[in-house]
Amino acid sequence: MSEPAQLPLAARVARLYGQPFIEIPQDLYIPPDALEVILEAFEGPLDLLLYLIRRENLDILDIPMAPLTRQYLEYVEAMRATNLELAAEYLVMAAMLIEIKSRLLLPRPPAAEPLEDDPRAELVRRLLEYERMKQAAQRLDLLPQLGRDVLAVSVWVERTVLERLPEVNPQDLAEAWRTLLHRARMSAHHRVSREELSVREHMSGVLRRLRERRVLEFGELFDPARGVAMLVVTLLAVLELARETLIEITQSENFAPIYVKLAHGESH
Amino acid sequence: MANPTEAKRILEAALLASPEPLSLADLKRLFDDQVGGETLTHLLAELREDWAGRAVELVSLASGWRFQTRPEFQPFVEKLQPEKPPKYSRAVMETLAIIAYRQPVTRGDIEDVRGVVVSTQIMQALENRGWIDIVGHRETPGRPGLYATTRTFLDDLGLRSLQELPPLEEIARTLQLEPAPASIVPEAANEPAAG
Repeated sequence: MSEPAQLPLAARVARLYGQPFIEIPQDLYIPPDALEVILEAFEGPLDLLLYLIRRENLDILDIPMAPLTRQYLEYVEAMRATNLELAAEYLVMAAMLIEIKSRLLLPRPPAAEPLEDDPRAELVRRLLEYERMKQAAQRLDLLPQLGRDVLAVSVWVERTVLERLPEVNPQDLAEAWRTLLHRARMSAHHRVSREELSVREHMSGVLRRLRERRVLEFGELFDPARGVAMLVVTLLAVLELARETLIEITQSENFAPIYVKLAHGESH
Repeated sequence: MANPTEAKRILEAALLASPEPLSLADLKRLFDDQVGGETLTHLLAELREDWAGRAVELVSLASGWRFQTRPEFQPFVEKLQPEKPPKYSRAVMETLAIIAYRQPVTRGDIEDVRGVVVSTQIMQALENRGWIDIVGHRETPGRPGLYATTRTFLDDLGLRSLQELPPLEEIARTLQLEPAPASIVPEAANEPAAG
């Protein structure tokens, strides 16, 4: 549908990147709006030169330097006029073209080899190599690319072994208790007096704290600084409360924190 | 040793479960190295046949074998993906082509061919993709790094070796600008060739 079949023959000169490129033949007419688009499509001076050569269907091995240089310079001038950022490479190429053109004007020694002495040889070599790589790039781009055109297939593999459900683990409770005991020993002082310790009293104390805080971590119930005896009593109080289902002791999984909260229905 | 049908299923399971291509050596380990490479290749070829006509195909790449979706289904698969896959610019593709076909090359070599400065972003894009890396240094001033394509590059483009790259074209002395089908630009032949 974008093919220029409807256009008059004379207007169809070339296709630029898939779009029909309409020009007045023999002259360099560029629609002003199109210029920016066209110039941005070039990958550099070699690309622009190739375009000019191919558009005019010039013989790349026998480039007519005068018209090519003229057209190239007109493009470069147009780029400058539209304030497009002009890469230095374009100017270097312009200088090179002019140099080649002027060298061609010099009289040539009659016995000279036609191509080896040709000032255009190096330019032609570069143009051919660039064009080869440009085409190679296009073909490379046509290859199916992983992530763009194809995706690696990988089925889901269930790798995790059946997970054991968290259990009420007395071992953890004992471990937590041992830790507390240990810390209590570390901070133990020689106490001369002995506090009167009542399990029931501590049961109330625990319940009271739970009413304030709703949920407490197991360790928070204990104050190791107050000595081993106090810890023992508090533990007994907690266990007794649990036995009487006044509190709930929960642990979401192994080695997770143990939480203590008021049992449902406990409303004081 | 497992019978051929079973062996094929084992290969199938291993290949489907692996997100990366599996080499023949990997696949041999499935059978405790009791199956020869030739048998394995034969089984893999059969397995590929078994999958013919499905949306997924088994392909042989530089680093081994991989199951992948067929390209024709990509437009549909993409509809479910929020991110569009990368589309490389002409500059990136030309740089890649020069490295692929002319390796090992320095940045200077690439710039010579393209006639423009090769930006660091281009090289980084290709390096980050894992498609190129530096394989050495040229013993000239500055010891520039020599770039080459990687095995990942071959894998990702579905190639087994650089020899499978599209062959370089002989450049015509004169030709129409765009490689358009002859039916679209029939007047090309009628244009007088200047020069």
